[in-house]
Amino acid sequence: MLNGTGGIPSGFLDTSTSSFTEFLQRHTPQLLPDAVTGATNEQLAPHGTTIVAVTFADGVILAGDRRATMGNVIAQRDIEKVFAADDHTGVGIAGSAGIAVELVRLFSVELEHYEKIEGAALSIEGKANRLSTMLRGNLGLAMQGLAAVPLLAGYDEVRGCGRIFSYDVTGGRYEEHDFHSVGSGSYFARGSLKKLQTPGQDEQRAIEVVLQALYDAADDDSATGGPDLTRGIFPVVASITAAGFARISEERLGEAVREMFDERMQRPDGPLAPVGE
Amino acid sequence: MSMPFYVSPEQIIKDKADFARKGIARGRSVIVMQYDSGILFVAENPSTALHKVAEIYDRIGFAAVGKYNEFESLRVAGVRLADMRGYSYDRSDVTGRSLANAYATTLGTIFTETQKPYEVEIVVAEVGADESTDQLYRLRFDGSVADEHRFVAMGGSAEDIEAQLRQSWQDAISLKQALAMSVGALAAGHNGDETIPANQLEVAVLDRNRPRRKFRRLTAEELSDLLGSEVGKDSENTSAEDAPAESGGDVGVTDAE
Repeated sequence: MLNGTGGIPSGFLDTSTSSFTEFLQRHTPQLLPDAVTGATNEQLAPHGTTIVAVTFADGVILAGDRRATMGNVIAQRDIEKVFAADDHTGVGIAGSAGIAVELVRLFSVELEHYEKIEGAALSIEGKANRLSTMLRGNLGLAMQGLAAVPLLAGYDEVRGCGRIFSYDVTGGRYEEHDFHSVGSGSYFARGSLKKLQTPGQDEQRAIEVVLQALYDAADDDSATGGPDLTRGIFPVVASITAAGFARISEERLGEAVREMFDERMQRPDGPLAPVGE
Repeated sequence: MSMPFYVSPEQIIKDKADFARKGIARGRSVIVMQYDSGILFVAENPSTALHKVAEIYDRIGFAAVGKYNEFESLRVAGVRLADMRGYSYDRSDVTGRSLANAYATTLGTIFTETQKPYEVEIVVAEVGADESTDQLYRLRFDGSVADEHRFVAMGGSAEDIEAQLRQSWQDAISLKQALAMSVGALAAGHNGDETIPANQLEVAVLDRNRPRRKFRRLTAEELSDLLGSEVGKDSENTSAEDAPAESGGDVGVTDAE
């Protein structure tokens, strides 16, 4: 009835869903990232690498290194892989960069869309589940080597604490406690996080812990980039608390990174975890 | 054998317009007004859950009077249109003008092609970089659009309210002044003296000084502070999030007083 005149198409007036993704699936499926198919190869597109998250007293820290690789080539040395999905949620992404960035862009529209239509934000579990569904839609491409694996960190306003959710390529969603990492350097980062973090630590300590973990990942994984003091390229670090999502300033990071380098000049393997004390 | 009655097209249009006007006039009023750092929306609305004023996109707000189910579906369609445009192009490509055009076409089609026209009147407001680039579009039930400046009043006593606003209007007023002026004008719409308690008001702003999403609802506390002490005592039971929607029926199907 309302088509063909330049007005709002009738599908827009249907009130049965508050989900932007579902709406696009019905109305304009070609806009969705999972509608793209075809033979692919891992080496064709840049890959993002290590993302880490750790909780602290007032919330959660989410951080990522700045390197994107294409096979053995460094595709970009200052890529950003940590994004604000909404005021109280951040997403870090490892894997195929183009797909991952598009996934986060759609996810943040999804959250805002729901909030505007329903007049209330989704619960953090609701957000985590939505991301899971969207990830499952990418399974076809993931099977062809273009996988994107997010790490969701958010502040739970009901419980009053930071929470971390990890995913697998099939959309499996797992809640993590205290800390987690994803991406090619994640094993090295996780070992480092495990030894350095303490539950209930303050924000400054949590920032130092993620910087150390990303340094350790870069130390042993060629696809993870360490802090670049010559160019002033530092990891993206975000703090998510009751006050919202906030990126830690370059000055504050620069200071923490220089301090870490000074220490590593003395002990290249990083801080010594105490044993048998 | 009976002959079908002939009704002239003029008469059909007139009947539909009268029907829509009557429906709109039954509802309470909404004011949309420019102030020095943005656009203010003030609605007389006792419900804290069923809104007459809402966010569409980063710089775009929506206000409506009339039948709730009709303007609610228009609001949802507007959010979808804006989000889809912003997602497929860029956030900066979503404009109030294109949204107003889409609403105008839709309302116009509904008015001419269906038995019952929508009993709604809406405003699409877009906040700009300064007062001269703010935009207010008023859309009527028949799809006519007007590009308004300074203020718009819609609903039952719109004419009285606009007359009052024209008298007291000043350029570049603060939020506090704009709010006082709007609340005064709404009260004038009720034949004068009675003041409207804060818990009967739904107030939101498009604040050009906010970072990305300019739309913000004022909390009960902020509203009491801005309106002054005489309504401050109502703040306990007007908390926007907590109050039950016991009076939600007011903006329901008929919006009748």
